[in-house]
Amino acid sequence: MVARVQLPAGAKAGEVIEVRITIQHPMETGFRFELGGTPVAKNVINSLLVRYNGAQIFRAEMGSGIAANPYLQFHTVAKESGEIEVAWVDDNGERGVEKAALVVTRA
Amino acid sequence: MGARARRRFISVLAGLAAAPMLPARLARAQQADPFAPLVRKITGGAALRAGRVTVDTPRLADNGHSVPLSVSVESPMTAADHVRSITLLSERNPRPLMATFHLDPAAGRAHVATRVRLNGSQRVLAIAQLSDGSWWSGDAEVEVTESACLDAT
Repeated sequence: MVARVQLPAGAKAGEVIEVRITIQHPMETGFRFELGGTPVAKNVINSLLVRYNGAQIFRAEMGSGIAANPYLQFHTVAKESGEIEVAWVDDNGERGVEKAALVVTRA
Repeated sequence: MGARARRRFISVLAGLAAAPMLPARLARAQQADPFAPLVRKITGGAALRAGRVTVDTPRLADNGHSVPLSVSVESPMTAADHVRSITLLSERNPRPLMATFHLDPAAGRAHVATRVRLNGSQRVLAIAQLSDGSWWSGDAEVEVTESACLDAT
């Protein structure tokens, strides 16, 4: 699975930053059919967890109501330089992890 | 046609024009909130108040498979007073519960954005739980030209 975690190029300590995540995933609803008529099984990323230097900062529970190749945007306060790690799992139990480095300068 | 006959004819016409609107409007007023049962399940019966939550979507979405949607909640986002979670509900999707986002007090801003699937034109509801346990809601009306989940119908 291909994913991307986007952060600002740099941030000052205490600044509110935007975290943007996109994951390549079909987010199969379970309502679709193959050409032959066989149903396509539901398979969505059902949970996603974001950690900032090991501490949880965001969690999402998703269903088939989230579009394919899910996009998520939320905020967090920059504290110290480090890593933002996004981990997710889909209905098939397939897991994925993507990380991005955050550089924080003194305010 | 005499003046009286003409007047009667016109009043009948006016009545005909208004007739189909009347039951529709009545039905809408009498109809229970379609979100009510699901909301009760999520809030556990706690009161849900309208306000503090803003749902932002395009008024007209060309494609229901991917509709940009963002939710912001008025909150100072401090350890003592912050938004715990935001849940997105759809009025017409086969699975009305679209997503729940759990926010951290250190988020700085209670704002999330994503892209949702919408099965036709409808009202989208966002409900937020604050750290004091209270529930707030906001909604948005979206017109969808090409609906998602066409295979299901």
